[in-house]
Amino acid sequence: MTEDDLDRNRRHFLTVATLVTGAAGAGMAAIPFIASLKPSARAQALGAPVEVPVSTLQPGEMIRVLWRGKLVFVLRRTSEMLEKLPMVESELRDPNSEVLEQQPEYARNATRSIRPQYLVIEGSCTHLGCAPLQDFEVRPAEGWEGGFFCPCHGSKFDLAGRVYKGVPAPTNLRVPPYRFVRDDLILIGQDSGAA
Amino acid sequence: MARIEAEVGKPQGGFVTWIDDRFPMTSTLKYHVTEYYASKNFNIWYVFGVLAFVVLAIQLLTGIFLTMNYKPSAADAFASVEYIMRDVEWGWLIRYMHSTGASFFFIVVYLHMYRAMLYGSYKKPRELIWLIGMLIFLVLMAEAFAGYLLPWGQMSYWGAQVIISLFGAIPWVGDALVEIIRGDYSISDITLNRFFALHVVLLPLALIALVFVHIVALHEVGSNNPDGIEIKKNKDASGKPLDGIAFHPYHTSKDLVAIIVFLMIFSAVVFFAPDMGGYFLEHANFEPANLTATPEHIAPVWYFTPFYAILRAVPDKLWGFILFVTAVLLPVFLPWLDRSRVRSIRYRGWIYKSALAVFTVTFFMLGWLGTMPADGLYVLMARIFSVLYFAFFLLMPYYTAIDKTKPVPERVVYHG
Repeated sequence: MTEDDLDRNRRHFLTVATLVTGAAGAGMAAIPFIASLKPSARAQALGAPVEVPVSTLQPGEMIRVLWRGKLVFVLRRTSEMLEKLPMVESELRDPNSEVLEQQPEYARNATRSIRPQYLVIEGSCTHLGCAPLQDFEVRPAEGWEGGFFCPCHGSKFDLAGRVYKGVPAPTNLRVPPYRFVRDDLILIGQDSGAA
Repeated sequence: MARIEAEVGKPQGGFVTWIDDRFPMTSTLKYHVTEYYASKNFNIWYVFGVLAFVVLAIQLLTGIFLTMNYKPSAADAFASVEYIMRDVEWGWLIRYMHSTGASFFFIVVYLHMYRAMLYGSYKKPRELIWLIGMLIFLVLMAEAFAGYLLPWGQMSYWGAQVIISLFGAIPWVGDALVEIIRGDYSISDITLNRFFALHVVLLPLALIALVFVHIVALHEVGSNNPDGIEIKKNKDASGKPLDGIAFHPYHTSKDLVAIIVFLMIFSAVVFFAPDMGGYFLEHANFEPANLTATPEHIAPVWYFTPFYAILRAVPDKLWGFILFVTAVLLPVFLPWLDRSRVRSIRYRGWIYKSALAVFTVTFFMLGWLGTMPADGLYVLMARIFSVLYFAFFLLMPYYTAIDKTKPVPERVVYHG
């Protein structure tokens, strides 16, 4: 075959067709590898809901539980704590929980909870994931009404996990899905059938 | 000449000839070692490439032996490191060599990069060497980060938490990406296991491959020198650069001295200060990871702190992430940001000299600020130095273009 016999269009078509087919095949072959990086069935199963009995939790007390390896705070707020919530609103970035993915619809209220006394909130700073420290002591001299303080980069949250203005955390602490199974038992991680 | 003589005594050359007929051994050795000519006026700044190679060898050797006793699981990792430290014969030495090696890797690599900035080694025709070098630096950062999670101490866990959360700042895909990196809803046994795979297989392979290409690219264009002039412009009758001397035996014997001095300093740290006052091994990491409490003061290891200080200087999550990534990547563009007609600092004007001096101070200050708590004056200082850091790179096209340069000599010169 001489140069002249060469069908360049045909050769070009075959080259492109081969490349496209090869690329599509490589792309398909990559799917199992990338998918294997996602949380496995076991990781998902371990992410099952956890039951938290709250019958012994005293007003003003907080417990830490792990759900999906994530830290969750359950705080039983006192009535004084609840009274403070509206007082700090002017200093908050999102006092009315307008960032929707930070809480389920049923916790999108003034106390960010199903039952006002019980605050159920993820203990993971929305800045870079450190665990905020509880700092419930009211210090009027500093203008601190009690809340959470992140030791890593200084973000501050109120007693409903709402973020203060002027700190690196962009949003309120996340409220996980939860529901009350009984008056003294909270199920964290599942809310279907919630009252 | 040498070839004819070798053929006279043919029996001696038998084995080598047999190999050479089947594999380019002698020609490769000549090209890369015995007949690779580098400038005769190299100074101390030119030893850090070889030293980085030595540290890589130390890390590979000690790493392989650590792998034989380490267990990559959340339940066993911390205890297996303690086991290496206490029960494995000489395990403490192997582990301290590896942990000290990590810090020394960054020390020599930072000095190696600084050398390129002093003598314009990234400038044409060595841009590609610089790009490959920056890629090595990025892989090295990933390697160090993945390795730091493995002991499963408090700082391993929460440091990884902070850095992985950074990717969550990326709009839209952030949360999905974080889940793919962790392989779980939080940093867990699964994350540890995959970081182990990255740390001992993928990233070291990438490092070795990149170091190989880095050297092949270097030997294609030839090494720069403290005068920043092309020694290939002046060659003798046989085509050998007049100012060049062979890598072996001349540069290798000089490098051997550097390696011995380096090993003396390295050993002193390994034996007398392996934690370097909390800078090489952070004290919070002597406690096993506790998922319910972040350490009071959290800071990455010293080699990440300049960039960490920039991240913290920004009071916004997304912008903090953007500036952090930009700060790491900006040096990639040095070959095109630098518009100076000369390479070496010796022939540059006062503007570049001052800019580089300010940058040097800036880098150290950011490094120090990254280890301090993020409040009050420290944040203000971090903001000022962050601005200076970015100004050094972003204003470079202007100040290097207007800077008055001195005439460059024809042949290399010795200073003092």
